[in-house]
Amino acid sequence: MKSSKFKGWLYLLPAILFLGIFMVYPLIDVMIYSVEEGYNFVSQTSDGYGLFNYSYVLHDPYFLQAVKNTFLIVVITVPLSTGFALLVALALNSIQKLRNLFQTVYFLPYVTNTLAVGLVFMILFKPTAYTDGMVNLLIQFFGGEGVDFIEGPYWAKMFVMCFYTIWVVLPFKVLILTSALASVNQDYYNAAKIDGTSKGRIFRRITLPMISPMLFYLIITGFIGAFKAYSDEVALFGTDLNGAGMNTIVGYVYDMLYGTAGGYPSYASAAAIILFVIVLTITCINLMVSKKTVHY
Amino acid sequence: MKVVLKHLTKKFPNRNKKIGGDVIAVNDFDFEIPDGKLIGLLGPSGCGKSTALNLICGLLEPTEGQIFFGEDEVTNLPPEVRGVGLVFQNYALYPHMTVQQNISFPLQNLKGDKKLPKEEIARRAKEAAKLVQIDGLLERKPSEMSGGQQQRVAIARALVKMPKVLLLDEPLSNLDARLRLQTREEIRRIQRETGITTIFVTHDQEEAMSISDLIVVMKDGMIQQIDEPQDVYDDPVNLFVAKFLGTPAINVFEGEVKNGRLIIGEDDVIAVPGVADRKVYVGIRPEGLEPDPEGSFRCGLVNVEVMGRDTSVVYTHGGAISENLRAIVGSGKRPAKTEKTVNFRPDPLKVHLFDHETEERIRF
Repeated sequence: MKSSKFKGWLYLLPAILFLGIFMVYPLIDVMIYSVEEGYNFVSQTSDGYGLFNYSYVLHDPYFLQAVKNTFLIVVITVPLSTGFALLVALALNSIQKLRNLFQTVYFLPYVTNTLAVGLVFMILFKPTAYTDGMVNLLIQFFGGEGVDFIEGPYWAKMFVMCFYTIWVVLPFKVLILTSALASVNQDYYNAAKIDGTSKGRIFRRITLPMISPMLFYLIITGFIGAFKAYSDEVALFGTDLNGAGMNTIVGYVYDMLYGTAGGYPSYASAAAIILFVIVLTITCINLMVSKKTVHY
Repeated sequence: MKVVLKHLTKKFPNRNKKIGGDVIAVNDFDFEIPDGKLIGLLGPSGCGKSTALNLICGLLEPTEGQIFFGEDEVTNLPPEVRGVGLVFQNYALYPHMTVQQNISFPLQNLKGDKKLPKEEIARRAKEAAKLVQIDGLLERKPSEMSGGQQQRVAIARALVKMPKVLLLDEPLSNLDARLRLQTREEIRRIQRETGITTIFVTHDQEEAMSISDLIVVMKDGMIQQIDEPQDVYDDPVNLFVAKFLGTPAINVFEGEVKNGRLIIGEDDVIAVPGVADRKVYVGIRPEGLEPDPEGSFRCGLVNVEVMGRDTSVVYTHGGAISENLRAIVGSGKRPAKTEKTVNFRPDPLKVHLFDHETEERIRF
């Protein structure tokens, strides 16, 4: 009995070691950092413990801007990208001809290099010495006034940001939803058809509940992914996100650690913990809502 | 409501383009199902039974032919206006809805002047649930019920809108043996109580024989025989039907008719008056062989399996084609296990002759 218990722990050891070193230890360390006041990076000493770091971060206008940006991105891109993905998946599911072609086309962004994607967006949106960018040319063609999407007004930058994010996350969601739709047993639709169910009702009462677990999975991971947004912002606006007014919470954490004004692990840790609490709260709310609406 | 099929044919394009040509799933169905009867569509897998059912309910469009419900042609009508109820092989109950919601679902679809008030929907759902005896389980989800209970819910859902025709696709194949017996009685009872013309598809001959008013035996998309269960068994039109019906299966031999006598192997078995000399297939029902020391049919004895009421005698014979030869005899007449041979006296009524080429029945 005793030896089998020992064996069990032995088998778990690789996973425990790995998770412990790379997940649990850093998490605890970050929590400790976030409450150490006046921490000195060089001497590894601090003046004591307290909540000053949190108070500093929460009063930092750059952090507040980052929180605002992050929330905007989350609130706009998660519902829109999921909705678009559902529409595309439904359309893909309902066509017979050229289905594989369209499926491939919609999946292309997923396998395309991020830098190449960034470049394409530059050509579309960035005004240079030679051209105003494709989108601006289009706006001007229809008689509108061009706008600098990369260095112009906040709403224009936010628009490009959300457009980019949705475009990047769409393929994966389309893929998941297409397979979810395809896995719904055709008999349910036949049964509904014989009972004279209208198309809208079939969608609401049968299709949606049937794919709800997958939809829910996409919403949860979508929320978490959007809260962790950073690299896409850098791809569009460069590394000085504070200067561009387009920083995110993760970007703020990074800047506090390594940025030009960096070297403040305590502030970075406090911001990271705040992000952690936000994501945890949202995910808990999601889970509670899902209990009523998701059918496994 | 009687159902009339006129030259109903369904062809599917062959997926293998090299071979080309169409696959004919249902070939020239032409028969009438009388009002209020329970019909069994019987055949081996892939013979087109389910296709025929899907044609009748409107999920598939026929390539040729017509379908009438009563006097009205429904060939080109969509399924929802035909007034059919269909029970799927896997029941297709919506897993996220309760029993009550599942049964009410077809009624909630009604629109316009057919629209029903909520209380009426609830009342009818309750009534349908009562008919199939699941009115105590209305709040359950399908996953919380046994296979038999799910089956009843599926039937209730098909019945709740009072269809003109009820269609059942392999209704018992997902149930265990005991439940199958019980449920088939249940289907018979419900059909009698409602008087709805019912067509059910099965590959299980015992199931078809036990509850159908009429059996339609199919093979490769073609109707082989339409008759009452006992007649199909006693009077098969060809070798396929004879082999397909009956457990244990009919014993098949290669034989020859000479001067009005049937010869199997070296045995001069019975007189077959009026049959010209020719090679034949001989089918003998297991219950048509009675052990008799003087019997004309001389066989080797393999085993004697006691089953209580009667006994199954496993035997061999030189002219046999079927692999397992069995005779069902009364317990009192069973041969001793120690014997090496056994002689039978065949009952001429249980002996069927079939043409060696066409496998059609030769009557005598």
